[in-house]
Amino acid sequence: MESDKNTAVISVIGKDRVGIIAGVSALLCKNNININDISQTILDDIFTMIMLVDLKDNDIENSDITEQLNKLGEELGVAITIQHTDLFNRMHRI
Amino acid sequence: MITDFEILETMKMFNEQHLDIRTITMGISLMDCAASSVEESCDKIYDKILRYAGKLVETGEAISKKYGVPIIHKRISVTPIAIVAAACNTSDYTPFAKTLDRAAKECGVNFVGGFSALVQKGYTNSDMKLINSIPEALASTDYVCSSVNLASTRTGINMDAVADMGRIIKKTAELTSEKDALGCAKLVVFANAPEDNPFMAGAFLGPGEPECVINVGISGPGVVKHALESVKGADLGTVAETIKKAAFKITRVGELVAREASERLHVPFGIIDLSLAPTPAVGDSVARLLEEFGLEECGTWGTTAALAMLNDAVKKGGIMASSYVGGLSGAFIPVSEDEGMIAAAASGALRLEKLEAMTCVCSVGLDMIAIPGDTTAETISGIIADEMALGTFNNKTTAVRLIPVPGKGVGDKVEFGGLLGYAPIMEVNKASCADFIHRGGRIPAPIHSMRN
Repeated sequence: MESDKNTAVISVIGKDRVGIIAGVSALLCKNNININDISQTILDDIFTMIMLVDLKDNDIENSDITEQLNKLGEELGVAITIQHTDLFNRMHRI
Repeated sequence: MITDFEILETMKMFNEQHLDIRTITMGISLMDCAASSVEESCDKIYDKILRYAGKLVETGEAISKKYGVPIIHKRISVTPIAIVAAACNTSDYTPFAKTLDRAAKECGVNFVGGFSALVQKGYTNSDMKLINSIPEALASTDYVCSSVNLASTRTGINMDAVADMGRIIKKTAELTSEKDALGCAKLVVFANAPEDNPFMAGAFLGPGEPECVINVGISGPGVVKHALESVKGADLGTVAETIKKAAFKITRVGELVAREASERLHVPFGIIDLSLAPTPAVGDSVARLLEEFGLEECGTWGTTAALAMLNDAVKKGGIMASSYVGGLSGAFIPVSEDEGMIAAAASGALRLEKLEAMTCVCSVGLDMIAIPGDTTAETISGIIADEMALGTFNNKTTAVRLIPVPGKGVGDKVEFGGLLGYAPIMEVNKASCADFIHRGGRIPAPIHSMRN
């Protein structure tokens, strides 16, 4: 079944500009969320970043991390989502 | 390790292809709410629903946030009220509907199903009272849904009830005529009704179900259509394989949500209903998905074959993804709730007769079809009888949800709003079947009911 690890996937998609990674990283640092892995590409001018993060003691539904990321996304002009890793494991692995 | 491709594919399903969990439906048994006084029974019902479902909506919202998965509806299904109310000294069951409505509003859910009776073999006194209370119950409540099981493969078809329901549907339309017969959108008749269906209007908690249970209905015609767009021109074996893979992924999301809801609410997990349930939104249509097979318009020749394959492949993919698949599971083909069906009905490509053929291979039946207000009760009963026969003799669930809109005829349109959508009024064959309906009695069970 689901893993015991409290990890999440953060995705950032939008037009490339200065400070996207810095902004997201700073916000995660402030919330004591550790970044385990980052991959980033630019496809047809669209900035696409996927982060695997360790939520530690945070949980998504009882914190305002989603709202904080949404607000930052608006400031940076990109779409940011956070989703628990179990969703992806469940959908793509038998 | 999950790849970036898989993560982006998942996000597109939610953001662009309208994948969502259509409903978390909590089934609550009301068997212990029987009492001889209506007030006492209604108080017990209200208290029990609030006790069990009080946290349903907030739990659904928390799960939705955790996984970033839209969960559109939180709903409640209950034991058929004809069973619960049988001990009461009353002939009018409307107070029970009002109680369900009040409880639903207090819990924050948007529908409660179970103002229902199971009469496939005959009426109890209570079944009769419930059926006669349906028009007033639906006219005086907002969130209550009603269903009646008229037939089953094991018992045959209760044609007395088929005749009665024609009249009840007409009366429900009259009492809600100022809202274009909206009451009829909350009323469905079944053959072989499943006892664990989470979808409205036909949800109720069957007598064989547990005290309380979580059933989840998923959706996602857009995801399947998108998957098919990537195999344009490929042979039908490839198409079937592609549908199965998409259905697998959709169902896994449903199971994740169902299990988490069950754990958080301390209620057993029942089933996943892996239906492709369309909405009137563009990109969320089963008709457009069928057209992706290579049909110019839904309803043309080939539609039934494509739908049969779609329905079957969805089930095969879903069965692999969850061991507990139940409810209706397959492709819904409602007219007013599906942008492509509406367009095909309006252009004349999709006719009532073709829809009937399609119901032989879809997951349910004639659904959300607006017909002229002057259609007689007998003709409505005739349409129901045909649909019940398809279900009974082919060993499948079928249903009818027709809306005879008072004062409107072919060429007019009717607007229900929200997920119920809008629909052109469809033409109905006018030749009379009244003498057939007036015969009454029971159509015997088919030979293949003899399975003992």
